[in-house]
Amino acid sequence: MIWFTLLLVLLVLAALWASMATALLRAMLGLALTSALLAVVMFAMGATLAAVLELSVCAGLISVVMVSVTSLTQPRSLKEAVAARRSRLRRLWPLPLVLIAAGVALSFVRVPVDIVFRLPAGDGDVRTVLWSMRQLDLFGQILILLAGVFGVLVLFRKEAK
Amino acid sequence: MTIEIPTSFWLYFTFFALLFLDGIWCMLATRNLVRVLIGIEILMKSVTFFLIAAGYLSGRMALAQALVITVIVIEVVVVVVIAGVILGFFRKHDSLDVGNARDMKG
Repeated sequence: MIWFTLLLVLLVLAALWASMATALLRAMLGLALTSALLAVVMFAMGATLAAVLELSVCAGLISVVMVSVTSLTQPRSLKEAVAARRSRLRRLWPLPLVLIAAGVALSFVRVPVDIVFRLPAGDGDVRTVLWSMRQLDLFGQILILLAGVFGVLVLFRKEAK
Repeated sequence: MTIEIPTSFWLYFTFFALLFLDGIWCMLATRNLVRVLIGIEILMKSVTFFLIAAGYLSGRMALAQALVITVIVIEVVVVVVIAGVILGFFRKHDSLDVGNARDMKG
């Protein structure tokens, strides 16, 4: 249990790094690390298929997209960068303290009502659930992907002269 | 070495809350659009984590995985579309500062 809790603490630390890093590329590295650690947590909990997707899509593809966006935008001038960094640090320095305080408070607080999941255990294989029971989800995913493709096409459309 | 997985709902809720708070703070404390996207991503991670935890605690891991796969697909589309919006915003304003969005029409 200690190892798993340590893994969760590392997950939160990686997310904290992603939100506090001054350089954008480091922040994206933190985000990729968060995804990778989340994939490890999922794998440890038995969600192997979702873990593989999280690792390949979120830690891989999304990181590539975000790095591409950053590389396509010009960096700020040194003066602007220093001013922005000071302003960011002023707004972000309480975050680690707030997270520690929230973690300590939540670990001491107990829920007044016991939350017990009373669903029958064991719902079969994920492939059966995905392809046989949640077909509407797959249809929705295809529609969302198409909507994303059309969205990108509209965003990158060149205006006719 | 085998890793023992805890079965306490409150432990999972605590770490979900911490990740969620981190994502919200990251979105609110910045003026850079890419960092807002990073905040949205952290929020998505917290929701993904909580879905898996709920599936584990209820014994419905297959259903939770199916939902997480859906969340990941939506996440990718959201990131790609927002990335396009960010690039369009940068081409128009030559900056990623959200403060520039105030003078937009519509």
